[in-house]
Amino acid sequence: MLRYTVRRLGQLLIVTVVLSVLLFGWLRALPGGPVSALLGERATEESRARLVQQLGLDQPLYVQYWKFVQRAITGDFGVSTGVQPGTPAMEVFLQRMPATLELSVLALLLAVAVGIPLGYFAARRQGGWLDNLSITWSLIGVAVPVFFLAFLLKYVFAIEFGVLPASGRQAAGIDATHATGFFVLDGLLTTEWDAAWNALVHLLLPAVALSTIPFAVIFRLTRASVLDVVEEDYVRTARSKGLGAMVVRGRHILRNAMLPVVTTIGLQTGALLSGAVLTEQVFNIPGIGQALSLGFQRQDYAVLQVVILATAMVYVLVNLLVDLAYAAIDPRLRTR
Amino acid sequence: MALLEVRDLSVRFVRKSEPTVSAVDGVSFDVHPGSTVGLVGESGCGKSVTSLAIMGLLPGRGTEVSGSVNLEGSELLRLSQREFDRRRGKDLGMVFQDPLTSLNPVVPIGLQVSEVIERHRGLSRRDASREAARLLDRVGIPDPDRRLKEYSHQLSGGMRQRALIAMALACEPRLLIADEPTTALDVTIQAQILTLLKELVAETGTALIMITHDLGVVAGMCDEVNVLYAGRIVERAQRHELFSRPRHPYTAGLMASVPRLDSPRGQRLAPIEGSVADNIPWEGGCAFSPRCGNALAVCGERAPELETIEQGRLLRCHNPIGAAELERAHD
Ligand SMILES: Nc1ncnc2c1ncn2[C@@H]1O[C@H](COP(=O)(O)OP(=O)(O)O)[C@@H](O)[C@H]1O
Ligand code: SF4
Ligand SMILES: [Mg+2]
Repeated sequence: MLRYTVRRLGQLLIVTVVLSVLLFGWLRALPGGPVSALLGERATEESRARLVQQLGLDQPLYVQYWKFVQRAITGDFGVSTGVQPGTPAMEVFLQRMPATLELSVLALLLAVAVGIPLGYFAARRQGGWLDNLSITWSLIGVAVPVFFLAFLLKYVFAIEFGVLPASGRQAAGIDATHATGFFVLDGLLTTEWDAAWNALVHLLLPAVALSTIPFAVIFRLTRASVLDVVEEDYVRTARSKGLGAMVVRGRHILRNAMLPVVTTIGLQTGALLSGAVLTEQVFNIPGIGQALSLGFQRQDYAVLQVVILATAMVYVLVNLLVDLAYAAIDPRLRTR
Repeated sequence: MALLEVRDLSVRFVRKSEPTVSAVDGVSFDVHPGSTVGLVGESGCGKSVTSLAIMGLLPGRGTEVSGSVNLEGSELLRLSQREFDRRRGKDLGMVFQDPLTSLNPVVPIGLQVSEVIERHRGLSRRDASREAARLLDRVGIPDPDRRLKEYSHQLSGGMRQRALIAMALACEPRLLIADEPTTALDVTIQAQILTLLKELVAETGTALIMITHDLGVVAGMCDEVNVLYAGRIVERAQRHELFSRPRHPYTAGLMASVPRLDSPRGQRLAPIEGSVADNIPWEGGCAFSPRCGNALAVCGERAPELETIEQGRLLRCHNPIGAAELERAHD
């Protein structure tokens, strides 16, 4: 298990190095080179020359790369030029990260909490109304673009009926202390219940919109997996022992059926992130997704670098955690 | 009184897009306390379906079960799944064919044994676990305390089947069904498992339904033998009666295809010609007639009935083996 973890951490390192090379190359390949990228097209000759020297662009490539790495390790990716001009890119990222994380975690929780039980019961009543309804729902979830669904939810629940807030992370009038930047968590930690509740209510619509694709994937995989597992001989053995329905379901069916689902949950981090870009736009949430789209619009390469590197690392880390969880469920991986 | 009375048991699989399969067709037999009854026949003749029907483990949808399965005076076919769960594992247990797939790969062996003890004997998790170790020891698994924590992939095939036997017998059921318990095992292990089963059955007084396609297994274990063909019993006899005087051509064919220690070296075994694919439906005559060397014209017209030919001996055949000889002897 330890060797496995170490090996996976090694993979994480390799991914990070490869990605840093790509990012470094990308920055140099930009039209006008990194100077234009960082200063914009209309910079003066002097400021260009200053930056060239400052960045060491007159030095050989490998020296430049090494400097880039050194700065990246200390969290220095330069200063934001477009998203929040003047603020260090890392700071921009750190300020915005909690909003996206909060949104993604809630969306994933929703997808798991609804998708797995629904997948199980749909499979056990295969062809029943619940099965058909859930399949249709998950099909719609995949087919309808996230931003359209986000608009629709916003229009119906926020604008037409006005039952949920249309944008932002928290109502302006709420007196909230923000210690961690995770607004729901902040409210809970400071026992400002109204602040926590308000933040949660703000998260609801975007989280539902964002959860549709992960929900659909988790639901369908759970359903298919349960359908496979109930046919297994060991489930019949469990029944032959007269273990009640609860034990057969939990210990013998679900524990096995969850194996492929756990892997998929890790892979969903990607879908969550691309979904967050659109959802954050629609609900005007100042998160990473918004930084990413603003970053592209305004060619803020400093911010883009941090965001891309960080998300890739999060993706690999989450999948590492997922693999460890998998090994915790499946003894065949642990003891071989 | 019999422990188990199976009467006119029929199982049909009705599928929308496929023709209906009549897997078991009017099967009746008794199992007396402590006795071992064999169900023998080629693959696909309905042995497993019969045992699953007795255990209440057939798939619910598209399965029509009729007849009666009476265990110690209570009708099992009328039990709800919930009621059945209170009997399975306690009053009747089952050992399946493939030990590898029959064990849950992600649940420790110990828990798979102790869960049935916990469920039916009301022991605490701790006591049940201690009892599980004792049982593993009893079925011949060395170092049971360590094995309790292991998983099925860490056990050999023989060990797995031993563990499954421990589970099935954990609550000392009155009836054990063993469905080809050695078919998936190495030849050397097969004998060990059969010996173990025989010992345990004798020790606990459990009645055993021994299901096999292998007459060698029957010869070593069974008191009474039922030969199944295409979902129907075609012959029933006490074991020594069956082996010394097989009357049904199919039974005789099975015997001819079993290697014997005393058969001359190099002599080829004579498998029954054709396959179950050649069967005709029982409604059109004797299902075995396309493969039968004794077939008469009547065999393709009218299905033979199962008739008592002597005390404890049943036969379903228009032209049984030895009939001509018997008639000649009469003349
Ligand atoms: N769940 C099922 N659905 C449809 N047909 C089945 C099912 N289970 C068994 N059968 C059919 O019933 C017949 C008897 O099968 P089985 O009892 O498994 O034979 P065996 O004697 O080899 O154990 C076979 O023709 C098989 O194809
Ligand atoms: S009834 Fe006829 S065909 Fe069937 S086994 Fe007897 S002799 Fe053969
Ligand atoms: Mg079978």
